[in-house]
Amino acid sequence: MGDKIDPNLWSDGAEPHLMGGRLPSGQIVFPMPQGDAAQGVEPYKLSRRGKLWSWTSQGFLPKEPYEGPGSGPGEGPPDFQPYLIGYVELPGEVIVESRIVDARLEDLHLGMDLEFCIVPFNAVHDTFAFRPVAAAESAEEFRAA
Amino acid sequence: MSENVYIIGAGIHPFGRTDGRSGREQGVYAVREALADAGLEWPDIECAYGGSAAAGNADIMVNELGLTSLPFTNVANGCATGGSALAASQQAIASGMYDLALAVGFDKHPRGAFNAKPADYGLPEWYGQTGMMLTTQFFALKIQRYMQLHGISRTALGRVAEKAFRNGTLTPHAWRRSPVDLETIMNAPMINDPLTKYMFCSPAEGAVALILASEKKMKELGADGVKIRAVSVKTRPPNSFEVFQAGISIEEGGKPTVLASQAAFERAGIGPEDIGVAQLQDTESGAEIMHMAENGFCKDGDQEEWLANGWTEIGGKLPVNTDGGCLACGEPVGASGLRQVYENVTQLRGRAGERQVPEKNGRTPRFGYSHVYGAPGLSGVAILERE
Repeated sequence: MGDKIDPNLWSDGAEPHLMGGRLPSGQIVFPMPQGDAAQGVEPYKLSRRGKLWSWTSQGFLPKEPYEGPGSGPGEGPPDFQPYLIGYVELPGEVIVESRIVDARLEDLHLGMDLEFCIVPFNAVHDTFAFRPVAAAESAEEFRAA
Repeated sequence: MSENVYIIGAGIHPFGRTDGRSGREQGVYAVREALADAGLEWPDIECAYGGSAAAGNADIMVNELGLTSLPFTNVANGCATGGSALAASQQAIASGMYDLALAVGFDKHPRGAFNAKPADYGLPEWYGQTGMMLTTQFFALKIQRYMQLHGISRTALGRVAEKAFRNGTLTPHAWRRSPVDLETIMNAPMINDPLTKYMFCSPAEGAVALILASEKKMKELGADGVKIRAVSVKTRPPNSFEVFQAGISIEEGGKPTVLASQAAFERAGIGPEDIGVAQLQDTESGAEIMHMAENGFCKDGDQEEWLANGWTEIGGKLPVNTDGGCLACGEPVGASGLRQVYENVTQLRGRAGERQVPEKNGRTPRFGYSHVYGAPGLSGVAILERE
């Protein structure tokens, strides 16, 4: 396990949760506001399950401040690994932007069931992602076997 | 007090890449073109508003144009820089304070996608570090969902790009001036699914200047003016879905484009059916499609039929992006919104040459509509009239 890309982005423990905030109005927001904007906002553990709201692929190496594969010293576009991005609707809470892992572009569809997970990002950091629930269950079966 | 305001001079520096000429120098070039078009000299201009996103301050242009002591306000409003400069100069004249004003926008961006800094947008660093802070992703995520909900095909995306490059071949100020066929567009490398390389505009260079005048001044000069019927700039309302958003509300909110469009139509006292030519923000093919509906020109999903029937072609019932838009001209952020207005001025004056929208009932289009959209969720609309 690497370090968290941001120490406050998700909760620790066996079942980590992405951290959002609950506004005084009751509305749930993501991410948890920082600084003065956090006044009156309660940290809120977001649901680990959600549904795919939209998606896309990232087919080229982003410029700074991207820190993933291809961005390091002496690295370049040949070292880049394309990835999937999506918005995941956490029912009754908020729609969060996230990496989508353990899925192929052609399998993605609106309303697909997804589950929160932590994934390695680069040599130093882990980041968060969502993956298809089916993939998550089959991984558990694999571990159990 | 609310005076009628007219655009009496329009100048452009060709968009694309101009090595050896700074963005600001391109701005100066455009101002001189606009002055010549209006039959004016620089000392005639009483106030100026302008800016760029990446090519420096506009007010330094007085070094080249002349130290006439005019008030010159720098505008830094991202993609709406041009729209905000136009709105400010329009208000300066409408208030009765001035009779002649300049709105100018220029830019010069490095190659490749924009790289925004999270802190500039009030976002945590991880959002950029993990590769989620790309404008191209936002447009792909927005059109992907829209296509699923409203039955828009990938072919429709291709048709928008094909039209843009076709119109670009007819436009002297366009960057991309060669046609690209539908098959090439559809089979090009995928940038952000469902958008291929040819469906995105590229950051570029260019400049546009417009000279605005009061009605009294226009008549005194005997100038060839186009009336500004309405200008509207709106930032995002609650719960909207915009570029650079790590979280979106589950309540569906309003859209800045819808607000700006409705306000402009209301102020102008006309409706979408009255518009004869439109320039709509086409950062990518899907944006033009969604903006057709957000600006009130068709219902969600009807774009499929519109594009299949060529209704947004130059000879169609509502020509859209007649100069090839951002897709063929590229996007120098500070100049892009004013390019749309420049194109409408050119069309309404009947000076668009090969790309001129054909006459209907013996006249060139009466009303021209322009719409610009950008980060962090703002839209600017201008409606022009050829009286």
